[in-house]
Amino acid sequence: MDYDVLIIGAGMSGLAAGIRLAYYDKRVCIIEKHYRVGGLNSFYNRGGRKFDVGLHAMTNYVPKGVKLTPLPKLLRQLKLKAEDFALCPQRMSAIKFPDKTLRFNNDLDFFVQEVVDNFPAQADNFQRLLKTIFKYDELNLYAKPISAREVVGSIISDPLLIDMVFCPLMFYGNAQENDIEFGQFVIMFKGIYCEGFARPQAGVRQILDVLVRKYRGCGGELKTRCAVTSIQAANGRVESMLLENGEVLTADKILSSAGYVETMRLLSNYDPTGIEDKAGQLSMVEFITVLDKQPAEMGHETTIIFYNNSDRFDYRKPDELVNVSSGVICCPNNFQYENPLPEGMIRITNLANFDLWNRLNEEEYKAQKAAWLGASLNEVVKLIPDFRDSIVFTDVFTPKTIHRFTGHINGAVYGTPNKTKMGITHLENLFICGTDQGFMGIVGAMLSGISMANLHVLQKA
Amino acid sequence: MTKEEIKSVLMEIVAQIIPDEDLTNLKGDIPIREQVELDSMDFLDIIMELRKRYGIEVPEDDYMQLATIDSSVAYLEPRMRDL
Repeated sequence: MDYDVLIIGAGMSGLAAGIRLAYYDKRVCIIEKHYRVGGLNSFYNRGGRKFDVGLHAMTNYVPKGVKLTPLPKLLRQLKLKAEDFALCPQRMSAIKFPDKTLRFNNDLDFFVQEVVDNFPAQADNFQRLLKTIFKYDELNLYAKPISAREVVGSIISDPLLIDMVFCPLMFYGNAQENDIEFGQFVIMFKGIYCEGFARPQAGVRQILDVLVRKYRGCGGELKTRCAVTSIQAANGRVESMLLENGEVLTADKILSSAGYVETMRLLSNYDPTGIEDKAGQLSMVEFITVLDKQPAEMGHETTIIFYNNSDRFDYRKPDELVNVSSGVICCPNNFQYENPLPEGMIRITNLANFDLWNRLNEEEYKAQKAAWLGASLNEVVKLIPDFRDSIVFTDVFTPKTIHRFTGHINGAVYGTPNKTKMGITHLENLFICGTDQGFMGIVGAMLSGISMANLHVLQKA
Repeated sequence: MTKEEIKSVLMEIVAQIIPDEDLTNLKGDIPIREQVELDSMDFLDIIMELRKRYGIEVPEDDYMQLATIDSSVAYLEPRMRDL
């Protein structure tokens, strides 16, 4: 079959790119190796229950009517209505470090007041940081990468405040160890502190259902359970794509959301020189607990807590299987829904080491999942009411699970730290979108697909 | 199509792309982007709608010609005259 555009991967970015292209009458086909769409942000059923992978909350939430921010932009681009995602805003989130807590909701002024109350000496500096953030053009694809630690460190003089501000931005979308590229920092800062968190009552499947329905409605083709075996290139161009089922597809252009190194590895004449070491390292483990009561009944009303219990916040690949000293505690119940979710749930996310998990045999793997669940729970009950007696079901996903869902080397949640902002490769008709292009978060992922489809396909008549 | 028809088609396209903007006082001789919230991604969609509906190809180099409603009508008139 011959298409205008082939898209590798039916995650948020691939689907968003697909909608743009199909809407404007391109013959487009998305190739997804799983039977389910979503990639990192997907879902599964276990024990009669529905679980989300990836998404804790959608960032960049703004109420209907607010314009010019990423969420309304992407709704316009995808020809969707604000109601389609059925987003319910968060209640209250917090950043908890040993001696300080900063709370934030979807109102920047509230967060600024928290910073002023807790770090009075930094009040003016924080205003200066906000000014720097607001005048930076974070969506400029041509901007030179700069270190957020350097920029923020030159404005804020209290390292604790810096670490606390960085912590949620790191956990929700940073592929780099201990630092963030400043453009990325600005994107995440605005998405989390200026705009905010929301979640559809039905979780990530609400968003995926809307995207798939829209894509198909525009005439887009979606092949699931269909992996790409190899990409044939000659004379600086992709010529064809071989699928696992033996089918050979051709297209004018290919958009790949599989990851940069991961895409290069598909090339039949792949030369790993200078490419393999670009692979990301940061992976995570998630402990999901289902409770026999609503967390609010136990006095836990916070939506998401970003915590660090050690002296210094260390955002890097841990030397052990899991680093429980920092992480994220998400309570999907604590959003402003019309009706409460049927069961209580608390999800804990910690940094994890892919290589160590990958080395375990099946028995050890099971045992370590149970052991680290216990260790992580011990750590988080220092911060929220002890809910361990209320747990009726648990599930754990590890860097190996992330690897299976996303295909990312090392189970790297946020892909490579070396983003390909322009999405170009050494082949003239092969482009990168999604995680490794560089707009992070769920809204970022969709915007990535949209902007790469615009830039490399629609704008080129 | 007459110039008037082209103009009404354009206005209809803009209204579809930015449904939450008030277009009643849109002036023909001032860039659209200076009057309503319309970013470069929305602007691209005006070009895309013209292609989708009427098969008109506007090369990237000519995008500037569509800055105002009046200049758009002037640019499109020879291309849409026979539609």
